[in-house]
Amino acid sequence: MKVLLSWLREFAPGIDGDPGALSDVLSALGLTVEEMTVTGAMPGGVVLGRVLDLRPHPDADRIQLVDVDDGSGSTLQVCCGAFNMAVGDLVPLARVGTVMPSGLEIASRKLRGQASEGMCCSEIELDMGDDAEGIMILNDRVAAGAEPGTPLAEALGLAPDVLWDLEVGANRPDALSVMGVARDLAAGLGVAFEPPDWSTPASGPDISEAVDVKIVDPTLCGRFVGRVLRNVPAGSSPPWMANRLMALGQRPINSIVDISNYVMLELGQPSHTFDLGRVQGARIRVRRARDGESVTTLDGQRRALSAGDGVIADGDDGVIGIAGVMGGASTEIDADTTDVLVEMAWWDPPSISRTAKRLNLSSEASTRFRRGADWGYNVERCMNRFVQLAVEQGAEVAPGMIDERGNLPDRGPLRVRAARVNSLLGTGLSAEQMAGHLRSIGFGVDSAGDTELDATIPSWRWDTETETDISEEVARLHGYENIERTVPTGNEAGGLSPYQKDRRLVREVLVGAGCCETQPVPFVAPGALAAVGLAEDGITLSNPVDDSQSVLRTSLLPGQLGAVAYNQRHFNGDVRLFEIGHVYLPVPEGQLLPDEREFLAVALSGEEAPAAVAVLDLLAEALALPAVELRSAELPGMHPTRSAEVVVAGRARGAVGEVDPEVLEACGVSGRVAWLQIDLQQVLEGPRTRRRYRPVSKYPPSDVDLAFVVPDDVAAAQVERALRASAGSLLTRVELFDSYRGSGVPEGSRSLAYRLRFQAPDRTLTDTEVAEVRQRCIDETSRRTGATLRS
Amino acid sequence: MTEGYEQAYERAAADAEERLAAAADIDAVAGIERELLGRRSVLTEAKRRLGDLDPGERAAAGRRLNAARERVEASVAAARIRLSASGRADRYAAERLDLTERLPQTAPLRRGHFHPVTQARDRLEDVFVGMGYTVEEGPEVESAWYNFEALNIPDWHPARGSFDTIFVNLGQPEEVMLRSHTSPVQIRVMENRKPPIYIVAPGRTFRADTADATHLPAFNQIEGLAVDRNITMGDLAGTIDEFVRAFFGREVKSRLRPSYFPFTEPSAEFDISRPDGSWLELGGCGMVHPNVLSNCGIDPEEWQGFAFGFGIDRLAVMRHEIDDIREFVNNDVRFLGQF
Repeated sequence: MKVLLSWLREFAPGIDGDPGALSDVLSALGLTVEEMTVTGAMPGGVVLGRVLDLRPHPDADRIQLVDVDDGSGSTLQVCCGAFNMAVGDLVPLARVGTVMPSGLEIASRKLRGQASEGMCCSEIELDMGDDAEGIMILNDRVAAGAEPGTPLAEALGLAPDVLWDLEVGANRPDALSVMGVARDLAAGLGVAFEPPDWSTPASGPDISEAVDVKIVDPTLCGRFVGRVLRNVPAGSSPPWMANRLMALGQRPINSIVDISNYVMLELGQPSHTFDLGRVQGARIRVRRARDGESVTTLDGQRRALSAGDGVIADGDDGVIGIAGVMGGASTEIDADTTDVLVEMAWWDPPSISRTAKRLNLSSEASTRFRRGADWGYNVERCMNRFVQLAVEQGAEVAPGMIDERGNLPDRGPLRVRAARVNSLLGTGLSAEQMAGHLRSIGFGVDSAGDTELDATIPSWRWDTETETDISEEVARLHGYENIERTVPTGNEAGGLSPYQKDRRLVREVLVGAGCCETQPVPFVAPGALAAVGLAEDGITLSNPVDDSQSVLRTSLLPGQLGAVAYNQRHFNGDVRLFEIGHVYLPVPEGQLLPDEREFLAVALSGEEAPAAVAVLDLLAEALALPAVELRSAELPGMHPTRSAEVVVAGRARGAVGEVDPEVLEACGVSGRVAWLQIDLQQVLEGPRTRRRYRPVSKYPPSDVDLAFVVPDDVAAAQVERALRASAGSLLTRVELFDSYRGSGVPEGSRSLAYRLRFQAPDRTLTDTEVAEVRQRCIDETSRRTGATLRS
Repeated sequence: MTEGYEQAYERAAADAEERLAAAADIDAVAGIERELLGRRSVLTEAKRRLGDLDPGERAAAGRRLNAARERVEASVAAARIRLSASGRADRYAAERLDLTERLPQTAPLRRGHFHPVTQARDRLEDVFVGMGYTVEEGPEVESAWYNFEALNIPDWHPARGSFDTIFVNLGQPEEVMLRSHTSPVQIRVMENRKPPIYIVAPGRTFRADTADATHLPAFNQIEGLAVDRNITMGDLAGTIDEFVRAFFGREVKSRLRPSYFPFTEPSAEFDISRPDGSWLELGGCGMVHPNVLSNCGIDPEEWQGFAFGFGIDRLAVMRHEIDDIREFVNNDVRFLGQF
């Protein structure tokens, strides 16, 4: 909401002082100043000029020569690049020596040999608007009889002013008007707020002879106020009004539309005008729409209505407008209009909100109705103002006013406990101090003893209805900065959950292992899941920002491969990446939300499967995971002969190995990618090994090397398990140090060489003991796995 | 005896000196030492035979023998010093390395990097943990109840439009969505737990914003919630202030300005001071709306609370002066490696 200082002062003349200080008061009241500008400060030297002649430039197509009367008695020649002027037009003329808002100084100069003694100005050059297209034509905007040479500020009735652009919360419909802002600011400054009122003599037949209005649905329309105007002005608005509208960002259109906008900006009440001659039967009925009805709105669009939408119907019960949202084309006023019905109504905010949202129609008017317009005396004040402005411009007004009532909000009186307000705010205000704050912004307050008060909530505060709402008003007027700062004393020890601590540990381990943490967006393109070998069953977005990001991922694989490809494309070579992020699996039966889980993925480009297994081992050790096994399985997206399922404590928790080369190709990745993905949540919330102390032996170990010939279908892990099982607790370390195929080893087998360390906690092992356990290892491993000792 | 004992001692000593001077390494020195001073050496043998001499000769011979031994011992020591000094020097010279030559195969250690947003999030969590808060999380795909309704934002509410919510194709139209703020976690915690509650909830949030230098459709927020018997707005202002000083530095000030959110009343924006004296808007906060407490089965007459929330990504942007937020999701290692 934009407001001008001069306009605010018409409601509270006491508003005065340094604009910056006023900005601070506005912000502290919750009317946050987004921008403050000093306006109407026209550069000295810009005057009204009259175009006397227009001639082509002899040597330039894009410039014309303009003779301008600047009031000095002589004629100036100006070279001008715009062609929207006609002889006789009044235009802004910047004389030689003028410093423009841009800093440009107008000099006497020659363009292609022709003298230019000044500049005709566009809106943007004078900082008066955004129009850069042509020269401002002022014929209709200056007071009658204004002579060339008059300083432009004087001719346009402009005076230096302050313009604030305020951010207004959805709970403050009242502050979407100059009057509402003035009320708050006056209270904040402690000066009087004195809203004017207007009255205008009426003439001709009474309104009751012109139109009949009934509210059929009282839950839709709380109040319908109407007056009838005759001979409404059809031209443009007077300059003072046009200037104010422009200052507040509203483009002047024509007299009646401008009055409607002016009253809305000034006092907060939207209005609608009907060409009474086109309202069938001169009858207005306010009701809800029926399914199947439709109406052509002012913008020419045919709009289908649904039950629940509020509508205005005419004597034939045909819809002629959508209540509070947009009027209908059939009763729009035009140059032939004589009699006009002006409507000012109070609409039920949820009803208007739903209709505006469903039709995707938002306007300044519907915004105010959605937030709750004023239902009290202000409706009449606004009507009085509308009539006064129209009559001032030549209209006549019929005697009498329609004032139909439906259901209006009941706002009081509300019992407010001072102790409760203080306990919420942490203040020690008396009931009387609270009453003072509330009265300053128009609340009615009756004291109900020392500890309570009865507050009547004003009709312009639809959103305000409870004791808590009242507390906010007290806090606002008391000043948030005047509330003493304390801290709660009731909180116990804070901390991260075991899961959150472990997740940090996972990150630390991976960063230590040289991996960079990535955070790709969790959406993928349609088909991206299938491209990495996964089921194309991702949940889709209804309104994606980008069609290439319209599916929720079910795996971290697409994002990680995308990151690998991005780095390869940017010549970063091979990378080690990881991500901890959510995946969104299909909705479980009987539930509404997806099966959302936190996964961990590690992608090592240019590396082979064992590198990913090494990362898994590192994590398993760091997290003390029990019994991590690799189980052969068909895994989507994975290299069929270089990957395995990760099984933790007997449960499948993910995949490790390499990404399928065909998937890599489809994703634009070159080389191999070693890959690990686990369901981090399940793993971290699953069983863990307790780290119990085992004394370290003080006695020397005996190391024994054994090489077995192992058939290809027997995994090394099986051999290792057999060794451990056969050696028992004397075996303290097993290390595979060689894997060999070739001469001396039969086809279909390989030789695996292990170094076994035997050690007892309480003695030095004898040669006999070592020999015994060695033999047991050989025998048992052969028996369990079919491996044979390599001689 | 063809040679007098005196000559024998002299010759042995001189011979030792000569050989020790020529010795090439410590092992050779040790050999000569063993030969001349060991149990079967000439000098030891001579000492054993001193008893065979006439008593008159014995004392003089003993003195000469001792002198010879001392000469040999001194020569051995000198040879050891000579050889060990040059041996050390040669060895060190041979092992010389230029430590500024950093070949990848000789220095294979390379750490990875935490994402800058994670770093900001961890720092925030640490500050709030230090202030006595626990960290809670919730799903990123939410229902209208948690994202809006329980937060006092009914379907017709004008504030709904301002969230630019991304909806998903589940349930009724606009019934399921990517959460547009972290506030749903407040509801989930309050539904499941009785006060007192002191939590922060960091996490990913979503808005239908086209990605540009300052916007991403997926970004991160942190939410705070305290519900207890006597929580006041003064507690809110004091908590914000304590957080701001702990996170940004003791010299940074905070202020609250009235604002509007459907789920808090009174509501405020909070700003932090900049070195030039101006204020920077950081986030929103307020006293938990009684309707929100009631929606979670908490009696607003018995319990009061405050809540606050702000963006995490922006803190990382400010800290590292990042000029294009899209780098957060590009995952270029040249970017990630800077933090």
